[in-house]
Amino acid sequence: MDFKVKSKIADEQALNRTITRLAHEIIEKCRGIEDVGIIGIRTRGEYLSKRIAKKIEEIENVKMQVGVLDVVMYRDDFRMKNRLPRVEITNIPFVVDGKILILVDDVIYTGRTIRAALDALMDFGRPSSIQLAVLIDRGHREMPIKADYIGRNVPTSPGEEVRVLMKESDGEDAILLVEENK
Amino acid sequence: MNLSIKHLYGLEGVPKEDLTQIFDTAFSFREVLERPIKRVPTLQGKTIVNLFFENSTRTRISFELAEKRLSADTINFSASGSSLSKGESLKDTIQNLYAMKMDAIVMRHPVPGSVKLLSQFVDAVVINAGDGTHEHPTQALLDIMSLKEKFGKIEGLNIAIVGDIRHSRVALSNIFGLKTLGANVALCGPPTFMPCGVESLGVKIMYDLDEALQFADAVNLLRIQRERQGKGLIPSLREYRNLYGLTRERLENLKKPLTILHPGPINRGVEIDSDVADGDYSIILHQVLNGVAVRMAVLFLLVGGK
Amino acid sequence: MQIDKMNGKVLLANGKIADPVGEIIYDSDILIENGIIVRIEKGITPKDDMETINLNGQTISPGFVDLHVHFREPGFEDKETIESGCRAALAGGFTKVCCMPNTDPPIDTQESVRFIYRKAEGQIVDVFPIAAITKNRKGEELTEMVELSSAGAVGFSDDGNPVVNAQIMRFALEYSKIVNKPIINHAEDPALKADGYMNEGVVSTHLGIPGNPSIAEEIMIYRDLTLARFTNSRLHIPHVSTKASVALIRQAKANGVRVTAEATPHHFSLNDEYMRSFDANGKVSPPLRSEADRLSLIEGIQDGTIDAIATDHAPHQYDTKETSLDIASYGMIGLESAFGLSMTNLVHAGHISFIDLIKLLTIRPARAMNLPLPGIKVGEEANLTIVDPDEWWVFSRKDIYSRSQNTPFIGRELTGRVKSVFAKSSYIRLQD
Repeated sequence: MDFKVKSKIADEQALNRTITRLAHEIIEKCRGIEDVGIIGIRTRGEYLSKRIAKKIEEIENVKMQVGVLDVVMYRDDFRMKNRLPRVEITNIPFVVDGKILILVDDVIYTGRTIRAALDALMDFGRPSSIQLAVLIDRGHREMPIKADYIGRNVPTSPGEEVRVLMKESDGEDAILLVEENK
Repeated sequence: MNLSIKHLYGLEGVPKEDLTQIFDTAFSFREVLERPIKRVPTLQGKTIVNLFFENSTRTRISFELAEKRLSADTINFSASGSSLSKGESLKDTIQNLYAMKMDAIVMRHPVPGSVKLLSQFVDAVVINAGDGTHEHPTQALLDIMSLKEKFGKIEGLNIAIVGDIRHSRVALSNIFGLKTLGANVALCGPPTFMPCGVESLGVKIMYDLDEALQFADAVNLLRIQRERQGKGLIPSLREYRNLYGLTRERLENLKKPLTILHPGPINRGVEIDSDVADGDYSIILHQVLNGVAVRMAVLFLLVGGK
Repeated sequence: MQIDKMNGKVLLANGKIADPVGEIIYDSDILIENGIIVRIEKGITPKDDMETINLNGQTISPGFVDLHVHFREPGFEDKETIESGCRAALAGGFTKVCCMPNTDPPIDTQESVRFIYRKAEGQIVDVFPIAAITKNRKGEELTEMVELSSAGAVGFSDDGNPVVNAQIMRFALEYSKIVNKPIINHAEDPALKADGYMNEGVVSTHLGIPGNPSIAEEIMIYRDLTLARFTNSRLHIPHVSTKASVALIRQAKANGVRVTAEATPHHFSLNDEYMRSFDANGKVSPPLRSEADRLSLIEGIQDGTIDAIATDHAPHQYDTKETSLDIASYGMIGLESAFGLSMTNLVHAGHISFIDLIKLLTIRPARAMNLPLPGIKVGEEANLTIVDPDEWWVFSRKDIYSRSQNTPFIGRELTGRVKSVFAKSSYIRLQD
């Protein structure tokens, strides 16, 4: 599919500000971060989670526990597509039992990815709670899932999509509103 | 990311990109095996039959575990005492099973080509779990995955395969896979164990084990079938061990590290001494773990899609 | 296939006659009366009392002769019967065939030889039984060759089984001198063959299939040639398949050994690469060999070392082929595709001339087995096969008249086709 950019929602500065705000909110809501683990959903959720963790470490002067989760194995949609998604490595290098887990993704949309991620996390143990942090909430939920920390709400119409670009994978930081080229 | 192959008959002709993707996926799946709950829902609702016309404990358990870890429904069918002894043909057996709606068939059969033959009669994904002296692709995949884990890459590695090459599906699949990935392969064993024209596969032949060990970064020791002894291919297991057994003394004289693989089950004291098999250079137990992961990868990549 | 009885006068108009005796091809009409050739000349005027068949330039050959078919009767009538086999022969242009004795019971008694003749009565194709060399084809005791011969056996073979014991083979060759009929030994050393079921070579190694080495054939051919020289007896070597076999026979002929040899269309049309398909239709005995062997076989055909093209037509029901290679039956049918394969792979491929092929299909096999062969001459019985050497066609299941369809050649494009047969006062049109 071919896309054209409709507008730039955020540039590098704005994106960094949002990350900083999310870090603060997490610290505040969790009342300290000793029992918090941050888990990013591949691919951009991973970069985002690392940036948030780094920000928290700067603010609180602690070492955060960070993991990365690949949810392909738990997804409910790959059987409906002709192309199989790539299965990447999941790496959660700490015990999740009793922890507050902050699940991080770039965009929340139907909620199915988060559903898959919640199923996956349950196979690692019994966290005391799981919270969700997203950079963008673009609406159109198909499941009863809502984020605890939201960078920005961006209502979208059919045919529109939100693209988060990050230096780690895209060479620049930006959030774009794009539209399918008909 | 789909594979270019639709079935896994063997590693002959399987392109490098497919092999690479199988290994990448397998390393991802291996992490699942370390979790407290070692099960993902990836193949929920898929039905896989393990059709074994030949005894095999290891391969069958490994496949079964891989299927269960992926939440597939599995059925096991072993030929011993089954309809085959009543004279039912292979085709009838397979069509009967397929009529019950299978998504995939994992098959072992004592005759080369039977697995490919089977695929003509059914519209399911077919995976070869060993067809006679032809190929045993998942065994070679787990061998190569273990080498990749150990050395980081396969290209340029020197691998010696020692033993009864002529009667070994493991050797043949390893040769095809390793050559595709750019390894240098030497075959070592008595001339009666070397198949006609095997040099055409781009391998070196060595009759002297010490020469092969000098050459090799890793050595894959094949199991010696004890019944070969009676057929005149080798005079005795004793002489075989003296010439081609990997003994403690040989390893000590080598004065260099060597990675040791064995497809199992091991004939301790024939192709390998017990203390060597259990020693530091052996990655035999890694192979077993990787076996489940690589079979999960193959199943996901071939059965997982639409 | 449409068979019309034509007892009166029949004019085959506008044909070309391929005469393998005179080695010439010339335009001519043929007038047949009561099944006998009465005139051969150009421009015979059609008359009202004549049935006129316009051949439009097609070529008339003497009816083809196949020294090696398996008609399976008695015992395996599900695979083929003498009747169905004869239809398959007609479809391939063969009017005389020699059938092998590996039936159940085998053709090893006078009565069983007569059974074949009785079953073939009334057929357009002449069926000549080959009787067994040894009782029950076990390779132990000689059959009553003189009695079998007087009942009509034209040669002796345990085909499918070799005569393993050299002493028995020596006695068979010696004893057969009484009747002066050839011994036809399936040359394959069982110990060297071991459990192999395809040619041993690079391909078998790639496929992990147990190999049957060329030496298994060559060693026994060498033995048989040596015995034939020593006993000065007649030896016919069936389905020659390897390079060294061809060389051995060539040498033996140069040394005056009384030997003839045949090659099959499948051995000169396919090589062991075919087995990469794991298709059991490619499982034959002897196995499809290497490309070098195939080319040597063609050289042997070119220089006369090989006397005859014989099909080794071996019908099997499909279920014995749709199975794992080890238990799949050996053999393929060959009658219907033989001429097309020979034209395509020998004549049009530039290896031999058309008239040489006609000789390999007619007078040379007839001589090897002392069969009567009417020439295309006034006063002779009209026993003719009419071909179009240049017709392009695709071999398909509807061209098969055998009860079995085990052939790897379905779908193969061929150039050269049998169009019709005239024999026993009948005109058989093969296509619409």
